[in-house]
Amino acid sequence: MDPRRGARVVIDPKVRQVGFFAPGRTQSAPPESSSPPVADNSPAGNSLSPVMIPPPRHASDNLHSARPVLCPPLRRPGDTIPVGSYNPSEFFPGTSPTASFYSKVGDGEFSEDASGAGWTHRGNSGKVASSFPSGGFDLTAVKPSNLTTVSVVNMPPGISVKTRGALIEVQNEQPASSRSLKEKTSKAERRALQEAQRAAKAAAKAEVSKAPIAASGVATPVNAKPAKASKPSSQKKDSASVTASEKKGVDRPPEKDRKKDIPHPRMQFDDKSRVEKAKRRAVVRPIEVRNRVELFRHLPQYERGTLLPDLESKFFQLDPMHPAVYKVGLQYLAGDVSGGNARCIAMLHAFQEAIKDYSTPPEKTLVRDLTARISSYVSFLIECRPLSISMGNAIRFLKSRIAKLPLSLSESEAKASLQSDINRFINEKIVLADKVIVRHAVTKIRDGDVLLTYGSSSAVEMILLYAHELGKQFRVVVVDSRPKLEGQLLLRRLVGKGLSCTYTHINAVSYIMHEVTRVFLGASSVLSNGTVYSRVGTACVSMVAHAFRVPVLVCCEAYKFHERVQLDSICSNELGDPDAISKVPGREEINYLDDWAKSENLQLLNLIYDATPSDYVSMIITDYGMVPPTSVPVIVREYRREHLWI
Amino acid sequence: MPDVQALVNEFIIKLKKRKVEGSQATARMTAELLRSVISQQRVPYNNQAGALIDAIKAVGEQLIAANPVELAVGNIVRRVLHIIREEDLSLATAAVAGLNLSAVSDDEDDGEREDHPVLSAAAVAAAARSTLRPPSLQTLLEDMPDSAAVPQSSSSGGDSEGKSKSADKSSRSRKLKHDIIEAVNELIQDIATCHEQISEQAVEHIHQNEVILTLGRSRTVMEFLCAAKEKKRSFRVFVAEGAPRYQGHVLAKELVARGLQTTLITDSAVFAMISRVNMVIVGAHAVMANGGVIAPVGLNMVALAAQRHAVPFVVLAGTHKLCPLYPHNPEVLLNELKSPSELLDFGEFSDCMDFGSGNGSPLLHVVNPAFDYVPPKLVSLFITDTGGHNPSYMYRLIADYYSADDLVVQRRPASGN
Repeated sequence: MDPRRGARVVIDPKVRQVGFFAPGRTQSAPPESSSPPVADNSPAGNSLSPVMIPPPRHASDNLHSARPVLCPPLRRPGDTIPVGSYNPSEFFPGTSPTASFYSKVGDGEFSEDASGAGWTHRGNSGKVASSFPSGGFDLTAVKPSNLTTVSVVNMPPGISVKTRGALIEVQNEQPASSRSLKEKTSKAERRALQEAQRAAKAAAKAEVSKAPIAASGVATPVNAKPAKASKPSSQKKDSASVTASEKKGVDRPPEKDRKKDIPHPRMQFDDKSRVEKAKRRAVVRPIEVRNRVELFRHLPQYERGTLLPDLESKFFQLDPMHPAVYKVGLQYLAGDVSGGNARCIAMLHAFQEAIKDYSTPPEKTLVRDLTARISSYVSFLIECRPLSISMGNAIRFLKSRIAKLPLSLSESEAKASLQSDINRFINEKIVLADKVIVRHAVTKIRDGDVLLTYGSSSAVEMILLYAHELGKQFRVVVVDSRPKLEGQLLLRRLVGKGLSCTYTHINAVSYIMHEVTRVFLGASSVLSNGTVYSRVGTACVSMVAHAFRVPVLVCCEAYKFHERVQLDSICSNELGDPDAISKVPGREEINYLDDWAKSENLQLLNLIYDATPSDYVSMIITDYGMVPPTSVPVIVREYRREHLWI
Repeated sequence: MPDVQALVNEFIIKLKKRKVEGSQATARMTAELLRSVISQQRVPYNNQAGALIDAIKAVGEQLIAANPVELAVGNIVRRVLHIIREEDLSLATAAVAGLNLSAVSDDEDDGEREDHPVLSAAAVAAAARSTLRPPSLQTLLEDMPDSAAVPQSSSSGGDSEGKSKSADKSSRSRKLKHDIIEAVNELIQDIATCHEQISEQAVEHIHQNEVILTLGRSRTVMEFLCAAKEKKRSFRVFVAEGAPRYQGHVLAKELVARGLQTTLITDSAVFAMISRVNMVIVGAHAVMANGGVIAPVGLNMVALAAQRHAVPFVVLAGTHKLCPLYPHNPEVLLNELKSPSELLDFGEFSDCMDFGSGNGSPLLHVVNPAFDYVPPKLVSLFITDTGGHNPSYMYRLIADYYSADDLVVQRRPASGN
């Protein structure tokens, strides 16, 4: 249909020979299928080939309506690695290819609202591919085509249109029915429909990931109906609009924007004037620890004991603070809520409550006032405990949603929309992301494995329990460390579920590592140089695993990724209560430091996090798939706006 | 000798019950015990050394079996055996020289000859004990006949001697025992003072404003750091607490009492902090012949982290910790698993640790090893009481302290004769 397509028929013979053009398939394909899937005008694309970059998503809306069509060709080099090791039947036992396929469509739709184009989730497409048992599509055919799409990013529109055309052909070499689906969709309508679908899908997703087969029923109509209802549009128009939107979305941001993306330097607590300023604003007046650790002057080192009662007594004075936020703050301070996800969810729920009870003061606009309000909540929470990076990302998401609220919305509508946004963030970025991670990671557990984990990570716990549910035979080594001894809690939960466990302290990690076959670790954040920022000790464990040639798999939801970089654990960290160091609970005989804690020469250092260098990490399992640590910046950069924070 | 046997039994029970803590205390007690064994041992007329060696081996075997992980026991047994051999040898050479002397009597250079054996015996002993002294040409030449005499075991010298000079015998036997006990006393002295000799070298390794990391507590390390402090060096120390024994707390307290800037960190923070550390100084449990270190648990992790950041990893060890054995699978074979109660309260997890329930295999294992093995490639330097050495030099150092015949301490029926 597209004339340009015809002109570009034979370009890369190598590509033509493979994959979709196997005789059996081309029969069903219409004439245009004779054109190669790949545009040759993309040297850049080819040069990219060694990099495992998933291609940019052609157009999110295009994809959604036509997901069944697109997905198989979307199997791309980046995905093939994890995919290759998948056992489809393991993943969706008893599912027919189509069924699992549809279920997939429902499953991982995080990027729906993407106004511009982005990429499909690696995880999603990877899974889709894996759910085709026969693997009938040749990978090599797909690969080049994807590379062209990568190259499109920086190309003049004309060329990219061509490429798009070529690509769309690839997609069109699907069974006719699915193609017709896609052809019928027009972009505008799909966009409109998306908003409506969103809620339905979010609901469907939860079920889908639990029971793919069952959910396929839900997911299918959602995707199919709108497509059919939409009026047909010409292929050419479609591809053109696709390109346009793609350019808008994927194109590198202008220079000014990019500068804005550089993360703000964090508050340095050795900067006297700024600290003073911050103190004036602060709700609580923390007392500085007497023996501060010199090396960590740039971090807040305050007395712990006084803070909580101080804050509690101020409850009635804290007029602007919403009670829900206040409660969460106290929970952070007391350590009742810990763990990246739990803290983030608690905070978002509190904000949700606060938004619910919010009413715009007269002569103020909701957008600006609410943002300020949220900022004050956030600074209160920071006083209780420094934010984790994941929370920072969630706050950025929320603020961007507030800023983007259309002015036409009434206050109640705006509040409802924000609340649903928060819900969606929790569901998609945390709950569903964890489910996807579990599905991915469980493929890496074999019978007879000895899995080591450190501390207590919610994602790792889910993985272990799920693998146990699947009936895999494995042993778990729980490595723990002072002062939190979170591993004991994990151990209790695992043993309660009937897993066979070994428990030890981090010092014995070299002893136990001989028998370990895999190390699963959680992370507080993954920074864009591949550094894994996590509970202190994670670096030690992964270092020893590295020395013993044991693969280290880090499980981290993509919303915790951050574009900040860090080389050591000192520049940025969090300090816990120093008194926790000198006292060993349950060991009263260890009281050597009771009288000495006040001595001037003695400092107690309770680090909370450390930074694991990326070379100790074999693989990062995220909701976008299983990637090497070197791919983190790619994910951070490419999913930065719409996708990472929705 | 029932009294000696009682002493031996008492010490064996102590070892078995792990009542003796620390390799230095063990070494000292072993040496003292062996000294009393030697002094009580009645020696026959001929082959006194052989009889003593047998007796020591008999006791040593029991001691080693009582706590095979405490390598210091075996080390001291071997050291004492080596001392016996050496003293016997020096006496034998003296006797041979004496024989020569009597044969060539009335020679004008009598006085000179008289000096010779004395000198050579002293040289042998000195060469054995002060290992690092480069042999002078003279001692090399003097040693030649000695080393040739080694294979013709100690008894032969004694026998020939016994035949030739029976009158001299009683005095000689007394002299041998006396010399041996003297040497063992010296050994005990060495063990007791090894800290001082090691800490004397502190100023050569610690300079101003340095940041030093250590894990757990070792008396040697403590004295090393304090010696540097006394020499007016100001530096700061990070102490990892060394779970599950938390001896780091003790060390931190001691260092603070001496006015050192001390920061106590958790073991898990070692990797985070090591990038700011100039030197890791730790004690050892034992040093193997290949230069590997049996060290308190957790040190392998520290050594790996130090290697990653190119931080020197220095091990302080008295010579009594030098073990002439080469390790095989030391993480398991030279390790000791301690009580799980140090990690988990029994009460807390008692339901999970029920070995009798369900299918028979417990769901929960708790691993609490006492030692780590640090391979030689992770060690930058050993500082012993004889100076600093590379891991690769350990085998040589060991050759100075131990006789190759004693590596296996087992009573062989023919060993004496």
